[in-house]
Amino acid sequence: MNPQKIKELLILSGKGGTGKTSVTASFAMLAEKAVLADCDVDAADLHLILTPQIKEQHRFICGNLAVIRQDDCISCNRCLEVCRFKAVSVGVDEKYSIDPASCEGCGVCVQQCVADAIDFPERDSGCWMISDTRCGVMVHAQLAPAAENSGKLVTLVRDKARQQAEQNMSPLIISDGPPGIGCPVIASLSGVSFVLVITEPSVSGLHDLKRVLALAKHFSVPAAVCVNKWDINPQQTKLIEEATEKAGAVVAGRICFDSSVTNAQLQGKAAVEFSGKAADDIKNLWSRVVKLL
Amino acid sequence: MAARQLRVAIASGKGGTGKTLVSLNLANMFGANVQLADCDVEEPNLNLFLRYQQQEQHPVTMLIPEVDEKLCNGCGKCSAFCRFNGIISLGTKAMVFPELCHGCGGCALVCPQKAITEKTSQIGTVSISRNKNITLVEGRLQVGISLVPPIISAVQEHLQDDLPAILDAPPGTSCPVVAALQGADYALLVTDPTPFGLHDLKLAVALVKELAMPCGVVVNRAGNDQVGLYDYCKDQNLPVLLEIPDDRRIAEITSRGELISQTLPEYTVMFSKLAQALKEVGRQTGGGN
Repeated sequence: MNPQKIKELLILSGKGGTGKTSVTASFAMLAEKAVLADCDVDAADLHLILTPQIKEQHRFICGNLAVIRQDDCISCNRCLEVCRFKAVSVGVDEKYSIDPASCEGCGVCVQQCVADAIDFPERDSGCWMISDTRCGVMVHAQLAPAAENSGKLVTLVRDKARQQAEQNMSPLIISDGPPGIGCPVIASLSGVSFVLVITEPSVSGLHDLKRVLALAKHFSVPAAVCVNKWDINPQQTKLIEEATEKAGAVVAGRICFDSSVTNAQLQGKAAVEFSGKAADDIKNLWSRVVKLL
Repeated sequence: MAARQLRVAIASGKGGTGKTLVSLNLANMFGANVQLADCDVEEPNLNLFLRYQQQEQHPVTMLIPEVDEKLCNGCGKCSAFCRFNGIISLGTKAMVFPELCHGCGGCALVCPQKAITEKTSQIGTVSISRNKNITLVEGRLQVGISLVPPIISAVQEHLQDDLPAILDAPPGTSCPVVAALQGADYALLVTDPTPFGLHDLKLAVALVKELAMPCGVVVNRAGNDQVGLYDYCKDQNLPVLLEIPDDRRIAEITSRGELISQTLPEYTVMFSKLAQALKEVGRQTGGGN
């Protein structure tokens, strides 16, 4: 496969819990020969539906963690002065220590320590996997709890997915993105071919959508929008679709509220593996998105 | 010094489980003088429901290096030091990539030529609105900026110690959530009885244990538990403090930006009880730190 011809479709939402993963899993079933990437590395859920058989698993060693050797520390206070992340604290015993959850891994304290008393080991920040699923290869990951560097893990997942697409002659990568608009979302978004935003017809859905569309524009990625559970509030759905067009994005479809989506999830299936109104809506959405890609 | 009042973080691994719903309705029923902190700074939603006039705005800034090209001799020490590729020098004058910079200040410290100074750059805003019963402190990340934790810390710096606080955390389990939880004494984890909800609750519980915080659970869209959510909570000794039924009216009212504890009497009662339960937690933990 000519690497230039591989398209990358990212599913985002801004607001969490709008149905990104349910749509991604359904798209995975509908696509032929797509490689799947779960970029929601701190709360990955796609594997619950696609039940991957893990072929390869690797540790994600990334970044460093500053650790003070208490015996060598001369309590000069320099580390505390230079740390911008408030990771250094002094205990009641006058001992200096670094809180791993706050340490950014920048190395400033290590470099500045006059007693050379700070170690800087690499950090085990989770793992990443390449797996087989019933709808093709999937690259996924799990960030360790409280770990940093979710953006770097996302970039790694995307690189590996691209390699898989090249090897398997797949023309398409479908990525399930994280919620929000921060570091892991930016890592998921930069350089993709197209982003589909799944939102919900609420004041929060609209607000969060506008910020995601602004971010997509910032990175010059074309975007389309689908309102999930649109019939919960048809009026708000209209407002969202108007805002979508105003932001220069395409309205790609609507998915109705349908309990069969949750039922499918309970049985570890994608929504389109069940028949129902929502399944039909997702199929229509998919054919629209394929044309937009 | 008086003990700090209780701070409760409303968190969840999975997005869309109802954190904002719980935060808002809990604050509404908390009684007099509670602080409500929007720590979901990527997508702050609380004021969409409260519609408060923002009275104070404070920019959140970070320090970004600036290279004086006259002084830089291209030695590359800054670039070798930076772990985030925020400053690059390959035998040439150093170039700064602000979007990758974490603002640690290391490059300026290691530069032998003193060619690097730091300038402040805005990454977000903290807005405060004081109302009769609720003081809303909202953090908002600027679109296009990736650094979230400093904004959450800035929100917490604007909280008063002498009033209790409810912190609406972002979804996930990585650094932004850690930043939100670190400002609290108790974590209330919101989940729903779906495979995704349970899976992500387990991740959130692992995180809370890592931080050695006490926690309780709110089950949203409660009803038919086909995934073993309650068995899991029992096994892990997690108290279930509230069950919100699977009620389509909640979705409809919330979608309009209204509070169920204002609109539907049964939820007024329900969230008053939750507020009482949390005040009890506050008394047991001695009011906070």
